Amino acid sequence: NSGVVSLLRPLLLDVVPSIRQTSALALGRLADYNVDLAEVVVKAGILPQLVGSLPEENRHYKKTAAFVLRVVAKHSPQLAQAVVQCGALETLVICLEDFDPGVKEAASWAFDYVARHNPELSQAVVDAGAVPLLVLCIQEPEIALKRIAASTLSDISKHSPELAQTVVDAGAIAHLAQMIPNPDAKLKRQVLSALSQIAKHSMDLAELVVEAEIFPVVLTCLKDSDEYVKKNGATLIREIAKHSPELSQLIVNSGGVAAMIDCIGSCRGTVRLPGIMMLGYVAAHSENLSMAVIVSKGIPPLCACLVEEHEDHIKAAAAWALGQIGRHSAEHARHVAVANVLPTLLDIYMDTRSSEDLKMKATLKNILQKCTHLPSLEPLLHDAPPNIMKHIVGQFSKVLPHDSKARRLFVTTGGLKKVQEIKAEPGSLLQEYISAINNCYPEEIVR
Amino acid sequence: KHDYFYIFRAMDEDRKIKYKAAVKIQSWFRGCRVQAYLRHLNQVVILIQKWWRGYRCRKYFRKMVETAYFIMKMNFYNEMAVRIQKRWRGYYVRKYIHNYYALKKYLEAVSVNNTFVRSELQEYTEMKESEKNMQDLEKKEKEKKYQARKMHYLLSTKQIPGIYNSPFRKSPDLMELLLQKSKPLSHRRQQMKSPVAYELYDWSTCKKPPAFITALPLLLVNRQKPRGPFRDTVEVLWQRYKPSEPTLRVAESINSPLEKAREGIRRKEWRDPIHDNEQFLLFSSYRENEKYEPSLCRSGKYHQEAYGTKHFREVHPEKWVADKDFQTVLPSIVLFEKFGKTYSSTGQIV
Repeated sequence: NSGVVSLLRPLLLDVVPSIRQTSALALGRLADYNVDLAEVVVKAGILPQLVGSLPEENRHYKKTAAFVLRVVAKHSPQLAQAVVQCGALETLVICLEDFDPGVKEAASWAFDYVARHNPELSQAVVDAGAVPLLVLCIQEPEIALKRIAASTLSDISKHSPELAQTVVDAGAIAHLAQMIPNPDAKLKRQVLSALSQIAKHSMDLAELVVEAEIFPVVLTCLKDSDEYVKKNGATLIREIAKHSPELSQLIVNSGGVAAMIDCIGSCRGTVRLPGIMMLGYVAAHSENLSMAVIVSKGIPPLCACLVEEHEDHIKAAAAWALGQIGRHSAEHARHVAVANVLPTLLDIYMDTRSSEDLKMKATLKNILQKCTHLPSLEPLLHDAPPNIMKHIVGQFSKVLPHDSKARRLFVTTGGLKKVQEIKAEPGSLLQEYISAINNCYPEEIVR
Repeated sequence: KHDYFYIFRAMDEDRKIKYKAAVKIQSWFRGCRVQAYLRHLNQVVILIQKWWRGYRCRKYFRKMVETAYFIMKMNFYNEMAVRIQKRWRGYYVRKYIHNYYALKKYLEAVSVNNTFVRSELQEYTEMKESEKNMQDLEKKEKEKKYQARKMHYLLSTKQIPGIYNSPFRKSPDLMELLLQKSKPLSHRRQQMKSPVAYELYDWSTCKKPPAFITALPLLLVNRQKPRGPFRDTVEVLWQRYKPSEPTLRVAESINSPLEKAREGIRRKEWRDPIHDNEQFLLFSSYRENEKYEPSLCRSGKYHQEAYGTKHFREVHPEKWVADKDFQTVLPSIVLFEKFGKTYSSTGQIV
């Protein structure tokens, strides 16, 4: 900080090229270390000098200059804005057209960090005409260049549908889809993340991604040894599944649900989250799809998630997914109830430590309103709070009048006694349900 | 006199009584007549009203019967329509909207597909695992071999048994066999190898440098690095021996234009070869008497200029002493005088 930047600045204009290059490298490393140093570098007016001298220099200088721009833009949106304002984007585009793959890699990395922060900066990157060049970069044979270009496209398209549309118009989807079977793990991460950022905005974009024939190749990614490849693959499938029932149907038909369930079973922690949400979205669309999820043995892993995981949001997601599966009809609710998950949900609901979000998602109402499987409702009768009790007793009152065996069971397991103990205000719904139950039995038993 | 008054009063009263009686009788009679008339009228009116009401009610009755009939028919039709709709809706829902059997089949198919997908993915993971294991094994093997090459001096000689060849063992250790097989590693080659490998990794291309590059350091062992602003030899060789990536058109076509061009050249060569005097020249004497036509660029205004062909120096014949100019004579080169004369007569130039 002792005036180093002002000392280095005249060296940038030195006659000898290797001095220029080394001084640029030094400035880059300084800016990389700390936000304040980066701001000092920007204030000292280094960037316009770098940008101005860039087109005539050799490739090593170009690489280093792109490195400096990248580390400055990395720290915050304002610094990235400063980079854009000094006209760096056009020179970086010139670097992208260079033949040397190292220069291209450095330039696209700089674009990546600029575009990451907010939509306006991404729009600036797109306006500079970087997207077609990035798509060309993806087709290059060097793996590192492919990685960086894929990551840049992913960061550009994540902000808004129009930006994603621009990326798609440049023909990126086909090339990204071709790279999915590539054995390099980091490349797969970036490619999958790019495709999922494109697909998440609208149904048309998701359909375009699907038309690039990613299924069933994407399912192999769910079995990769790298955790983040699995996570990004699950994110991609989730973004596709959430838009419409037809897309979810497509995923189910290509066996995506089975692969996702296996993936959830094998992972731990936040890596599971997109997979759980995907199952929830698929089950939410229609009851046939929800039945398909049940048939593919989807409920046991979700219950395991609920029990094992410590993080609140993963538990909330698992509870939500179970709710979506169970809410369609009595049959679905029966499957959910048979898996013995209702007591767990109730515990989560009543636990004072769980957050409001978790409690809302863990709401049992949806499942309970359809559940007619009495043996699983029994244990809930004993511990439930009043607002849940209303639904449970309601379900009992619907089923008991018609089923004599269930009536007998209800009495023997002590359920009738419990129902009597419930105090309800006269005229409320709960009272009606209780009286309906009491009417099923002769007077002596009730007393 | 009073008698007339009483007689007249009695007659008057009598007359009044008779008058009143007559009035009563007449009024009674008139009343009867009127009553009879009214009775008659009543009867007539009743008759009319009877007929009129009958008529109206019959009309109304007909209407009522019609509507009742109509309602009956409509009920019947409704019933029949309900039966048809009932059947149709049951059929339609069961076939298209909530086809139980199709749904069941679909779910079965989904589970079959799932098992298939699961087995495929299982195979894929196993394959990947085995690949990884093989790579690890190969790496370990390579390590071992490298270590053996480095520790070649630990090999046992005839006199002194090595570490791995203890006399108490029945057969020598595996390491001993490895040491026997491996070639000794010279350090110079080892040093040559590492900077090359490092630089090629720097290329940020694929993880491994192409195979022929690793063979090249063997060529470079004895050669020193050329001095001067030259590019690195390895880079140059890499560029030079980079395998060509022909375009699809070139690679695919049977009658590739390259081949065609070569054919053309070959044919042309056969037709009119450059070294004519070595072969048979057809009608060569035909062109004997042709004069050389100089090119327009070379030719001057009216004749061919001697520029560049004859001489550069100025010539002033009026200044010459004798009739001819001085002759330039080159100094003789001693070595060339000896040419062909030094050793034997067979070397003499004819």
